[in-house]
Amino acid sequence: MGNSITKLELSNGLLVFLKEIHTAPLVSNWIWYRVGSRDELPGFTGISHWTEHMQFKGTSQFPPGVLDKAISRDGGYWNAFTFLDWTTYFETMPADKIDLGLHLEADRMTNSLYDPEGINSERTVIISERQGNENEPLFQLGEEVQAAAFRVHSYHHEIIGDLADLKTLQRDDLYQHYRTYYVPNNAVLAVAGDFQTEVISARIREFFEAIPSARMPGRRVRSEPAQTGERRVMVEGSGETTYIQAAYHAPAATHPDFFPYIVMDSLLTGPSNLNMFVRGISNKTSRLYRSLVEGELAVSVSGGVPATIDPYLHSIAITVHPQSTSEQVVSALDQEILRLHDTPPKSEEVARAVKQVRALFAYGSESITNQAFWMGYSEMFATYNWFTGYLEKLEKVTPHDVQRVAQTYLRPQNRVLGIYLPVSERGGSA
Amino acid sequence: MRAYPLFTPGHTAHTDLVRRISHHQGATATPNSLPGPDDITRTQLPNGIIVLARSNFNSPSVVVTGYLPVGSLFDSDEKLGLAGFVASALMRGTDRYDFQGLYDSLESVGASLGFNGGTHSTGFSGNALVEDLDLLLGILAESLRRPTFPENQVERLRTQLLTALAIRAQDTGEMASLAFDQIVYAGHPYGRPEDGYPETIQAINRSDLVEFQRVFYGPKGMTISVVGAIEPEAAVEKVAQALGDWENPRQPPNPDLPVLKQMAETTTQKVIIQGKFQADIVIGAAGPERCSPDYLAASLGNSVLGQFGMMGRIGEVVREQAGLAYYAYSSLAGGLGPGPWYISAGVDPANLAPSIEMISKEVARFVEQPVTHQELADSQANFIGRLPLSLESNGGVALALLNLERYDLGLDYYRRYPDLVRAITVNEILETASRYLDPQHLGIAVAGPPEIAA
Repeated sequence: MGNSITKLELSNGLLVFLKEIHTAPLVSNWIWYRVGSRDELPGFTGISHWTEHMQFKGTSQFPPGVLDKAISRDGGYWNAFTFLDWTTYFETMPADKIDLGLHLEADRMTNSLYDPEGINSERTVIISERQGNENEPLFQLGEEVQAAAFRVHSYHHEIIGDLADLKTLQRDDLYQHYRTYYVPNNAVLAVAGDFQTEVISARIREFFEAIPSARMPGRRVRSEPAQTGERRVMVEGSGETTYIQAAYHAPAATHPDFFPYIVMDSLLTGPSNLNMFVRGISNKTSRLYRSLVEGELAVSVSGGVPATIDPYLHSIAITVHPQSTSEQVVSALDQEILRLHDTPPKSEEVARAVKQVRALFAYGSESITNQAFWMGYSEMFATYNWFTGYLEKLEKVTPHDVQRVAQTYLRPQNRVLGIYLPVSERGGSA
Repeated sequence: MRAYPLFTPGHTAHTDLVRRISHHQGATATPNSLPGPDDITRTQLPNGIIVLARSNFNSPSVVVTGYLPVGSLFDSDEKLGLAGFVASALMRGTDRYDFQGLYDSLESVGASLGFNGGTHSTGFSGNALVEDLDLLLGILAESLRRPTFPENQVERLRTQLLTALAIRAQDTGEMASLAFDQIVYAGHPYGRPEDGYPETIQAINRSDLVEFQRVFYGPKGMTISVVGAIEPEAAVEKVAQALGDWENPRQPPNPDLPVLKQMAETTTQKVIIQGKFQADIVIGAAGPERCSPDYLAASLGNSVLGQFGMMGRIGEVVREQAGLAYYAYSSLAGGLGPGPWYISAGVDPANLAPSIEMISKEVARFVEQPVTHQELADSQANFIGRLPLSLESNGGVALALLNLERYDLGLDYYRRYPDLVRAITVNEILETASRYLDPQHLGIAVAGPPEIAA
């Protein structure tokens, strides 16, 4: 795939990335805001995600429900995601309809209503969303592990927020959050697809350039102090299945260790998928699959290290074999990690990890939506160059880099070990 | 929908929801051109295998996907889950590869392949860089034709399947669906979960797997679709090399489905699962087959009911107006038999009764009054407009080609599709809806914490 893009900065500070792709009559339009759950204080957790929901509740120009229908009518789809570091909205539309996407994003950057009634109905929707998450043992476990891993840094709470805050946040809190962060100088617009760059640039200027920039509050960073001993959390819940989540403090995306880390993650639990709309590949030859699943200690294992602004977590999630115990699994996990401490991987293993990523990139480049995603996503924690140089940086990783990274990060003192223990209570039919 | 990204473990359910609601699988087509007879290659190999192929040179990748007409319909009640067990075991060892060798070949080049047992068929899907297509097809053929079902792998897999069933028993959405199928499809094969029950999985022996594969796996009725950076003729040739000499004279035809008996009355079943916070509801009945003349009208009606915009009328009432649920939508399965037409929602247990009432009211309105001309026009525009998006990736195209074959739609179907969609009327939708979704004969299933029993 080509990586030729156009980058613009409008007079109000809005960054724009454009990539012409003429393989299908589609355009995908993404707007990214540099705000996420990391920007939330206690008492206001979940406000970024709730704000994202409110951005679908209408403006005076596009009252509630109008856009859902307009986009569906055009055969497009839209959605949004909130993460630790960012919030993003997208529309993928037939190419001749993309004006609507640009128009609505410019409109809701400043004109969303935040109608009090809409706030209250959305409160119960979000609480329901949280309850759905709470039905999942891995959510319950993940929330506790995350909280234990971050005592100081605001990465400590779940993106959806604490129930206490979801019950008490008010309209003015949400509106203020919106007005503070949804400004052009805090946003990146990324558009890929079947358009002419000059034409779409002009349309973008028409829609966005009149929106005034605003003074941004500095981004609060309370660095997490180094962990000095292993932390363990236990969660008890329903079911018959034990789960383990081992979470290691990992480097930030722009840290030089991040790329060796990616290779190490790939060796341990299979390649992570950078694509948002394309499936990944299996991990049955990964080291932990072989030792834990083939060793009859676990029935599945997966892992990943997200790209974040500040150091976040490398998580390994394990479903424990019914005839095994969490102690046995942790012991085998530690042995496998020790092996990496003691012996660097073979260079063929590193080369293999690179080839896997090359294949995943090829699959990802089939999708225009995915290509637009990549442009804005990489800007949220690094720059687009981070993404275009990704393969090259992986190719430079040596076996010794991987060993060093394992020795540095994969230590019990640097991890939170979470265990979900089932307590047997029988259900039944009524 | 509208939630988190998928970068953190445990949060992928949100993307699943997006997929379920939007039906937009990824996509690439030739610019401004939907697949048709002039750019789809369809060939039948002498042993019966149908090969469909279409080129896309925009990415150096290729997708291989298809199915065999063998599924849980062949399973006995005592060994329910056998077809799925066999499908899951195919890649656990073959004449040529052991388990690690097989996956090492695939994963070393970033390729993937997987099998999935269904009710009517066993599906497979894989992708690779086009330079590794021979490898992918070779492993596909090995897995289908020469699996060895090593004893230790079978036992390992059994444990994994049993664990999956234990997890299923804790999943409110899955348990509500299971209960729904038992109500609506009582006495019919669709009332049985294709992945079986713990006791039926325990009852299956290695010899059952061996015998099942020997008898039921074969080239007759197999369909395979290859889409990506390869000329169609070359794709057909490669499939022929891998599978063209496969024969199985024992392969029987698929069993006929019995006639489904209508429910005597609306029936409710509740499944209590301790320690849960949300209740999942499934309400509906059996819908039309994909090949039925009713299907397109039902599908457009379903869009109005619970898909279009923010989950249609159901989403508007249950989520947008009442704020009772994060998700509430309707779905129409279609398929080879009378798959379900249902509404599902996840709600606070305290709001269960008003949610069911609200959904039931919407169903009643849907079958008593025609949808408006505007609603129909909106959904028609959506069906026609979204077609290019569904064909954005190789996987989307490959699936579209398989559907042409599976449902005998004709190679020109996607070109005719806009006219077919435009021809549906509001009265056809009303007439169709009232035949399938009778408010007096619905299945209502709920799974959640003990509060739902109240």
